[in-house]
Amino acid sequence: MSSLTPDPSVGASVPVPARHPRLDPLADRYAARTHGMKSSEIRALFSVVSRPEVVSLAGGMPAVTALPLDAVGSMIGELVSGMGAQTLQYGSGQGDPRLRERICDVMALEGITDASPSEVVVTVGSQQGPDLVTRVFVDPGDVILAEAPSYVGALGVFQAAQARVQHVLMDDDGLVPEALEDALIECRARGDKVKFLYTIPNFHNPAGITLSEERRGKVMEIADRYDLLVVEDNPYGLLGFDREPMRALRARESERVIYLGSFSKTFSPGLRVGWVLAPLAVREKLVLATEAQVLCPPSLTQYAVARYLDTQPWQQQIKTFIELYRERRDACLDSLAALMPPGTTWTRPDGGFYVWLKLPRGLDAKLMQPRAVSAHVAYVPGIGFYADGQGKEYMRLSYCYPEPDQIREGVRRLARVVEAELDLHSTFDGVDTGSFRTVGRSSDRPRTPEVAELAGPASTDQIGDQP
Amino acid sequence: MTAMPETDLLRAVVLAGGLTFEREVSLSSGTQVVEALLRAGLDAELRDADGDLLPGLAAAPADAVFIALHGSTGEDGAVRAVLDLAGVPYVGSPAAACRLAWDKPAAKSVVRSAGVTTPDWVALPHSTFRELGAGAVLDLIVARLGLPLMVKPASGGSALGAQKVSRVEDLPAAMVSCFAYGDTVLVERFVEGIELAVSVVDLGEGPRALPAVEIVPESGVFDYTSRYTPGLTEYHTPARVPDDVARRAAEVAVTVHEELGLADLSRTDLIVDADGAVHFLEVNVSPGLTETSMFPMAVEAAGHRLGDVLTTLLRQAAARG
Repeated sequence: MSSLTPDPSVGASVPVPARHPRLDPLADRYAARTHGMKSSEIRALFSVVSRPEVVSLAGGMPAVTALPLDAVGSMIGELVSGMGAQTLQYGSGQGDPRLRERICDVMALEGITDASPSEVVVTVGSQQGPDLVTRVFVDPGDVILAEAPSYVGALGVFQAAQARVQHVLMDDDGLVPEALEDALIECRARGDKVKFLYTIPNFHNPAGITLSEERRGKVMEIADRYDLLVVEDNPYGLLGFDREPMRALRARESERVIYLGSFSKTFSPGLRVGWVLAPLAVREKLVLATEAQVLCPPSLTQYAVARYLDTQPWQQQIKTFIELYRERRDACLDSLAALMPPGTTWTRPDGGFYVWLKLPRGLDAKLMQPRAVSAHVAYVPGIGFYADGQGKEYMRLSYCYPEPDQIREGVRRLARVVEAELDLHSTFDGVDTGSFRTVGRSSDRPRTPEVAELAGPASTDQIGDQP
Repeated sequence: MTAMPETDLLRAVVLAGGLTFEREVSLSSGTQVVEALLRAGLDAELRDADGDLLPGLAAAPADAVFIALHGSTGEDGAVRAVLDLAGVPYVGSPAAACRLAWDKPAAKSVVRSAGVTTPDWVALPHSTFRELGAGAVLDLIVARLGLPLMVKPASGGSALGAQKVSRVEDLPAAMVSCFAYGDTVLVERFVEGIELAVSVVDLGEGPRALPAVEIVPESGVFDYTSRYTPGLTEYHTPARVPDDVARRAAEVAVTVHEELGLADLSRTDLIVDADGAVHFLEVNVSPGLTETSMFPMAVEAAGHRLGDVLTTLLRQAAARG
């Protein structure tokens, strides 16, 4: 008998504690909101993206190497050596007052001229913004309206809060006002509590679309009429390629809009500094919520952002970023136009980081992903940007990080992947399984021994030697 | 049997990562292996299988390499063939044996010839369906193999691309998603039963089976999520099967290991049907060594520490030269 049975005398000088059968003795105790937190094939496939052989059109990583890194390095060094007593210490829960003043200057570029530093709450990246707002406003089962598609990071926050997300149609001009009104009417009829509309009006993630000026007025008019709170998430607003920044929704209405801002795209995502601008009463609750979560945002990085805004030519730096992203956007759009097979469509962003691509009919971006990994190109499948399982035929392409030549190569690889997938579909789509000989015999129930007998051996490799 | 590590310091390089679908799983395996070896007192270093590997091995030679790469290159024999060229000793099966085991249909043929039961199957490339007509070929497959069917890539692990198909109308879509992982699909008659993973190690006295791990996924399907999310699958080691079934499963795993010419370690996946018959599904020459993998469970159930067993395997490889 060739098996290795337990033998405490050999190699087991330290007994190994027995494992729990489920490898997790706490498996039955987790909160219901964690039930979606599982390992997934998609996440696994993403691990190859870090290899240099792969062109990643997946991650929305800003091109931070275009920053004056030496100057930023000296600046941060001085903040520690000269001001360590403040920069390495706890700070205010609401955020550093000097930074909040400078944030108001930044928002003025998008028409928000009436904001007071006291209405600003500094957050740990702008990702903490939707989390705080959701904590303050949303109970399980409440409805949040969001564009279709919407930012995956916000959808994750809403899901963790056990909110129900109702998507609202968008087109090339952004959120469709009539669809918003229909959704509100529908929710009202159902008795749903709609807590807010979450919207990304500029260079939308993932759709790359901007809400038109005309629609901004209409959306706010509907919000007024239906007493709807609007959460305006605006990390990309200053990154327009061809025009001045558009007037924020918050610039039109101060009491009905909570505005989320970020330095991740205009300066550095590694510093994790964002903010929420909210009416005073809301701000009070946001501060209490953030203190319960993180006590205070990191002092050093807040000082770094404030010092950067005080001493560095940050508006000029944004122009540098814009030129760099424009060149990459052009490389992406030109390559798509030249290479993608018929039936593929995509948005044409005039700012921000993303192109939203729709595959030819029948193709599924998630199912196609292993083929893309094999071809050494990565994208984000669209399904993650919907809370309701839509979006299979979409993918998000980010042009912000790779160099133009890499983008062109990435699109070339992607085009070949789509073509191969089309070839596969042409083989299998339209197969009439209804005409198969076993239908009605064994399609919905376990196979019977009689059928097995009838079928016989079927190995092409070893016909005739079935044991 | 010599599972106790000796005292002289051995330098081990653990290969993990690679450019495959299973990169993340491999990195997780590699990290576990390095930690286990360090705890066992070895000098162990994690390295990716990339352009720096061969110069790195030339600059700082290892006494032996442990291959924790999953998926192609690590399991299809390619990296091993290169290590052979470089004269670097490694733990595990030789390149040619890996090539055979990596090709699931070929491995099934060899194993069946040795008298081991394995579910009936057919393995076909996409071109066959395109040229002969997918409808006609699928019809024939269903007529011969019946339903349910297992559809999986002809090579690769971690259940990526594998699907159980119970309804004929789901078959074309299953083929499409499976072909995204490779050019050849293996369609197998589905066998209902108890899933077992039987690990085999050779610690100098020939291949021996470790206690079988019984797998009970909460969802009913041991897919990627069930494998790598703690809490979603129950593992019973040793398996809750009668002694004679456990013995047969051990024999099958050792037979598979020997018939395919494998060395040092392997993990064979089996199904025990309602009659107690043991069916071979596939064998893995680079078994998962993550926190949720079955090989470490089996080692522990045999009363050993993973680090000690891996150390012994590394010493044997180093001695082979």
